[in-house]
Amino acid sequence: MTVFIARIRVTLRPSILDPQGKAVQHAIASLGAGSVSDVRIGKYIEAKIDAPSESDARRTAEEVCRKLLANPVMEDYTFEIAGVE
Amino acid sequence: MKFGVVVFPGSNCDHDAYYACKKIMGQDAVFLWHKEADLKGVDAVILPGGFAYGDYLRCGAIARFSPVMKEVARFAAAGGTVLGICNGFQVLLEAGLLPGVLLRNSSLRFVCKYVRLRVENTATRFTNRCSPGEVLALPVAHGEGNYFTDPATLRRLEEEGRIVFRYCDASGVPSPEANPNGSLAGIAGIINEEGNVLGMMPHPERAVDPVLRNTDGQKLFASIIGSFHSGDPALVPDTAGRDAVPG
Repeated sequence: MTVFIARIRVTLRPSILDPQGKAVQHAIASLGAGSVSDVRIGKYIEAKIDAPSESDARRTAEEVCRKLLANPVMEDYTFEIAGVE
Repeated sequence: MKFGVVVFPGSNCDHDAYYACKKIMGQDAVFLWHKEADLKGVDAVILPGGFAYGDYLRCGAIARFSPVMKEVARFAAAGGTVLGICNGFQVLLEAGLLPGVLLRNSSLRFVCKYVRLRVENTATRFTNRCSPGEVLALPVAHGEGNYFTDPATLRRLEEEGRIVFRYCDASGVPSPEANPNGSLAGIAGIINEEGNVLGMMPHPERAVDPVLRNTDGQKLFASIIGSFHSGDPALVPDTAGRDAVPG
């Protein structure tokens, strides 16, 4: 077995209003950075996965994302799998 | 009739629900700890409000994996009566027992106030004591009550009469001003296809005791009890009357 690290990002789907992102964008504008737009806030999750191969680790990450970490009605997810030194 | 009130770590309306069932409605009631895989022979399950598992990840997302929820899902699949209030509604959605999600309130603020709801469907085991179009005053207290679903699901909910409660003004007219959280189509509560699982954001269990001047919430409990028993359970007299509703 090898230990892999999964770096998972969960973001609100584009059609979902992100009031938190909007509020932060207003704050950024107050800061004077008027060129910043479309602020969206998501989650970053890191996890170690014990698996015989990278593809197995990928399958596990996929399942965990689909069943728990993201709610497909309102969220999308992406992840990267990397080996651990 | 025997009610079971589920207690997750972080539930905080469990005692209110218990009190409403036991002391006000005069029914048997038990608490069901989230680690128990036994519903103790209850006739109806209430998932109470609160912050189950601290609302970690998403409201209701972790609670869904509690041992008790497997039993609740089995109970619901067999036609058992399940009422999810506030956080309990969020748990029902995450558990897939009802469709959709509850997003952050569009105002970004936690809302804690009285709202008015129009009863859109009185042919349910939760609302048979209400008259069609009746306006109930109930308190809400939530940060994530902004109901959302895809257009196809919304259409089905509308067509099948599964939007049971809609936010409205005092005269029963739904409007954006009367909607406390930005909820899609003013949805305050929905029911499943089979009609035995209802989720709602407002708190009927907080409006049952005549001492608190508003007993509109009793109608939900009386409906459940009434549909369970053959006879009609008498409502506890509403000593103050509807005019006294605060808010």
